[in-house]
Amino acid sequence: MSQQAPLSSVNDFVVRFANVNGSGSASANELFARAVLRHGVPVSPRNIFPSNIQGLPTWYEVRVTEAGHLGARGGGTDLMVAMNPQTWDKDVAGIVPGGYLFYDSTKPMPSTKFRDDVNVIGVPLTAITNSTYSDPRQRQLFKNIIYLGALSALLEMDPKLIEQLIGEQYKGKEKLLSSNVHALHLGRDWALQNLKCPIGLRIRKADKVGDRIFLEGNNAAALGAVYGGATVCAWYPITPSSSVAEAFTNHCKKLRHDPATGQAKYAIVQAEDELASIGMVVGASWNGARAFTTTSGPGVSLMTEFIGLSYFAEIPAVIMNVQRAGPSTGMPTRTQQCDLIACGYASHGDTKHVMLFPEDPAEAFEFAAASFDLAERLQTTVFLMLDLDIGMNQRLCRPLKWDDAKQYDRGKVMTAEMLDEGRDFGRYLDVDGDGIPFRTLPGTHPTEGSYFTRGTSRDRYARYSEEGAVYADNVQRLLRKFQTAQDMVPRPLQANAAKPTKYGVIYFGSTAPAMDEAIELLEARGHQLDRLRIRAFPFHSSVASFVAEHDFVYVVEQNRDAQLRQLIVTENGIDPVRLVPILHYDGTPITARFIAEAIGTHQDQIKVTPLRKAVS
Amino acid sequence: MTYIAKPKFQHPGIKKNALGYSHRDYEGKISTLCAGCGHDSITASIIEACFELSIEPHRVAKISGIGCSSKTPDYFLGNSHGFNTVHGRMPSVLTGANLANRELIYLGVSGDGDSASIGFGQFAHAIRRGVNMTYIVENNGVYGLTKGQFSATADRGSKSKKGVTNTDNPIDLVGIALQLGATYVARSFSGDKKQLVPIIEGAIRHKGAAFIDVISPCIAFNNHAGSTKSFDYVREHNDAVNRLDVLTGRDPIEIDQDPGTVQIVEQHDGSRLALRKLDADYDPHDRLGAMTFLQRHAAQGQIVTGLLYVDPEADDLHSHLNTVERPLNRMEAADLCPGQSVLDKINASLR
Repeated sequence: MSQQAPLSSVNDFVVRFANVNGSGSASANELFARAVLRHGVPVSPRNIFPSNIQGLPTWYEVRVTEAGHLGARGGGTDLMVAMNPQTWDKDVAGIVPGGYLFYDSTKPMPSTKFRDDVNVIGVPLTAITNSTYSDPRQRQLFKNIIYLGALSALLEMDPKLIEQLIGEQYKGKEKLLSSNVHALHLGRDWALQNLKCPIGLRIRKADKVGDRIFLEGNNAAALGAVYGGATVCAWYPITPSSSVAEAFTNHCKKLRHDPATGQAKYAIVQAEDELASIGMVVGASWNGARAFTTTSGPGVSLMTEFIGLSYFAEIPAVIMNVQRAGPSTGMPTRTQQCDLIACGYASHGDTKHVMLFPEDPAEAFEFAAASFDLAERLQTTVFLMLDLDIGMNQRLCRPLKWDDAKQYDRGKVMTAEMLDEGRDFGRYLDVDGDGIPFRTLPGTHPTEGSYFTRGTSRDRYARYSEEGAVYADNVQRLLRKFQTAQDMVPRPLQANAAKPTKYGVIYFGSTAPAMDEAIELLEARGHQLDRLRIRAFPFHSSVASFVAEHDFVYVVEQNRDAQLRQLIVTENGIDPVRLVPILHYDGTPITARFIAEAIGTHQDQIKVTPLRKAVS
Repeated sequence: MTYIAKPKFQHPGIKKNALGYSHRDYEGKISTLCAGCGHDSITASIIEACFELSIEPHRVAKISGIGCSSKTPDYFLGNSHGFNTVHGRMPSVLTGANLANRELIYLGVSGDGDSASIGFGQFAHAIRRGVNMTYIVENNGVYGLTKGQFSATADRGSKSKKGVTNTDNPIDLVGIALQLGATYVARSFSGDKKQLVPIIEGAIRHKGAAFIDVISPCIAFNNHAGSTKSFDYVREHNDAVNRLDVLTGRDPIEIDQDPGTVQIVEQHDGSRLALRKLDADYDPHDRLGAMTFLQRHAAQGQIVTGLLYVDPEADDLHSHLNTVERPLNRMEAADLCPGQSVLDKINASLR
């Protein structure tokens, strides 16, 4: 048997479920993650799935982490629940030495299929299900609950907490409830009677979850759109963003119907393509409704002409981009932060667009709501830059909050009353130096304030013009408007090291939890780093000062071409040598180990013994 | 020439409509299209139709794509908001605008390049969604602004000004609109204002997707012998199936000819369409019959015009989506935001 000492750890390990797509495993696996949470122990689960509906392999990885490290851990699996023969070899190879392999032992496996340094736990799942259930679908579904039951015994989990969860899930459906609880105990009892329980990995009750909630970023962003007052959503299905529009639909069904008439205070259109989705958003926003679309990289590529129109004709638009690995079709179900250049400078000609970078679902909610205020205030496109890692995985985060006194900022809209007062209306006239002109909405006034909106050049009063000076005046004002945006978008957050340091690190979005953990690892190696988490583009002035205050600044991001670094260099005129790229781009979520290793190695190289000391 | 101010002078005896507006109140800037362009006649017909219907000009949103036709919204309804969008994408912008405020009148102006080529998909989808709009295609069979390339509505065998013969089959937007469920479908000719004005009036009063294909000869690039979209050719081959009068409000129905040839169609909003039959066999309520009729006549080189199909019981995208009567663009936080109490419940369900 195992030549390696079996892994022993409480509340700090990684379980990976290897399943077949479409086998109904997802809900059982999620139940496992939630059950750990109910023990007061934080978890960080991740779906690893193919672009497929049924048949291909899929994995669900749960990092159990009492310390609250919510980034992917990396470095292999401690307990592999190997339910997919197709990926068996790869799955077994991915177990850390001393780790555990849980499998369906109904059919004997040749000994060559196992590893000497891995602890094997066989449960005859198929035999148990086949002797209990006759319906093939039931066999399939309850097999998942049975392995969950077995795991609860092996990891010494409190079965009451799992039963409670099942009870909440099947509230009012007594038959389903009791059959699920029965299946849970089938597995649990078999394990208790036949296996040595618990194994070295255990869940012990703690108090580290607090009032935090557990949800997906896409769902949170959709809820943010509801709270932010979006009334028009036009979208085209694309992984990994479709669940934003679907969640928005579900939330609206519950929250946005007039109780008296049953009529909808929203309009959702599944468009024929991304060009039409953004076209509808631009049309609705031009007409004064809060509108958004949700998409991913290929969709952004298709939308770019309209994004240029939104920029130049100054029409609000909110685009939620759930980033996936590109270019082209790329890896549709893998995560990256790879659309910063594509979105920041989308469309032909000189353009710049606002981007918001939430770190987790709580911020996705806040920023989604804020993006509508920003889009209307700035009269331009605002990108909410999510990614698959935040968007499609449940993440533990602080509870969602809303200020009930908050009113929407509709920006500079000139009303019929203002026009009647004789206010000078120039659609592209900068009246107060912030670069933002007033707009009127169609239908406002019988004789004043109408104008012809167009993507062609025009003067301050919206009259067509190709005069060089008139054109330059307009595009310079647009630049002024973009500068105004710097102080309106969410500011970067800085966290300084315990001791003064010459080195800093800049990061954003879904890298945040891995970065926080990496700082701990680096401190343990003796490296001190000040941190700056960028939350929006255009960059606040504190980004340039942060770089100026440090000898070197690492820029950690999940793409090949160091896109954030490029933006910082370009927008602030910073010497690129000062910014050291730390790049992770294989489509898996960045890990603390990766960051710490890359920065640590670089730091070690810097800290060579000074020459003078060496010769003296 | 970029911008010429139009004199605001009005003759004191100028004719006024029910709202007290004159034609001048429905005009826009001076056209920058070629002298004699068919599009300018359509502009005049839109002005006439809006005047006759006594529409408040600022309650119209005029939306277009890119091309000669799409420039025309600048030349009518100067007190309306206009939106010259991107090439071929007028339908989506109009759809979004319509969703935002269902109370305005939506006038989409497009061309054959804009709607039959680059924007064919958007044309089709706006029609099939039943967006409440008047969608006018000013159809001249060529790309005017880029100097005379064939468009997708050019007939097979027709000749360009440079003498090239078109070998591609034409797209008949009327046929497509019928197939995709447009509830008001017409074809007319820019040179026949008498026919066109009431067709536009009926479309504006129609609640649903109204589509009008207006053959509009390009004086610069498509008005020569060998063209099937020239003034001469269209006049010779125009086969009008009916003549339309739009009766609104209290107007008594006056039928001055044989009553047996006049059909009255009452629309949702109470407006009545008096259709004087020119072709005894043509039934404008028969969608399939209309499609067959069009195909048969097209094969004979005839251009069928008139109100070709109307469903007076039509509904629109808002009724499909069951949206509130109050325009969405007037909703504020109190209407839209569920507040912290709901969020507390959502938070609790996520633990």
